[in-house]
Amino acid sequence: MHILDAVDAASLKADIPSFRPGDTVKVHVNIIEGTRSRVQVFQGAVIRRQGDGVRETFTVRKVSFQVGVERTFPVHSPVIEKLEVVTRGDVRRAKLYYLRELRGKKAKIKEKRDF
Amino acid sequence: MVTQNKTVKGLLGTKLGMTQVWDENNKLVPVTVIEIAPNVVTQVRNLEVDGYAAVQIAAGQIDPRKVNKPDAGHFEKAGVTPRRHLTEVRTADAAEYALGQELTVEATFEAGQKVDVVGTSKGKGFAGVMKRHGFGGAPASHGAHRNHRKPGSIGGASTPGRVFKGQRMAGRMGGERVTVLNLHVHAIDAEKGLLLVKGAVPGARGRLVFVRTAVKGA
Repeated sequence: MHILDAVDAASLKADIPSFRPGDTVKVHVNIIEGTRSRVQVFQGAVIRRQGDGVRETFTVRKVSFQVGVERTFPVHSPVIEKLEVVTRGDVRRAKLYYLRELRGKKAKIKEKRDF
Repeated sequence: MVTQNKTVKGLLGTKLGMTQVWDENNKLVPVTVIEIAPNVVTQVRNLEVDGYAAVQIAAGQIDPRKVNKPDAGHFEKAGVTPRRHLTEVRTADAAEYALGQELTVEATFEAGQKVDVVGTSKGKGFAGVMKRHGFGGAPASHGAHRNHRKPGSIGGASTPGRVFKGQRMAGRMGGERVTVLNLHVHAIDAEKGLLLVKGAVPGARGRLVFVRTAVKGA
């Protein structure tokens, strides 16, 4: 779809930090309630990043009150006010679906150490 | 004789493909991008001479050596260089167009309005009745034997003793003229000559499409 790159360029964001599955991120989501808008933070582990260009999406998983919650965002979505990487994770897989089966300490992702 | 009292505007363009954009409410909108280079008016039809009012437009590049003599003369009469494609738009206000006039996408359409898109659908080749006409086929199991995608009965036996005309059967599918009505114009890029239409448009990428203002109410 290289012909449409010029059309897509307008929708792409330039200020996205590099992040990959396993990283813990804070997604600042802009929520519009009627006329007011506020920012809500969704913090969790990135368990998947797929697609390319304007179609690229990522999924953040967190456990809220013992219930797993997953939210998928388009990477270039205008709803995302800001994206912060909290920690880098040390994982061996691109898709961390195995986290859904794990609870407690086992569901913890090792932090990546740079030597 | 049919009296034409609708004013319709139309242009020829090329389907570039589909992508997605966000609207002002941050909702994703699937759009088809149509490239519309300026079209030119090659002939204006009027009631007295032609019996109907219409404007003939042309678009697309062509090697001047490949244009035959009758066509070359036709374009010369309009005072324009030869173009690849010609089409007519029947409209009541045809007299307001001038020969050789350039028609651009931003002057013809505006964001938010409804348009119709005419194109040639993708050819599917020889297709069976399930794909071509949406027949149900036969069960996958429960004793079904080698008839999973067959049409079943195509009519009675000795009465009428023949198959009715128009019986839907397998055959060539696609590659025909298809019109999609009332598509929403999402945006117009006047600089690049692009028209962003919400939804899908018939035909493959790079194929000719005709875009006109909606002729039937929403």
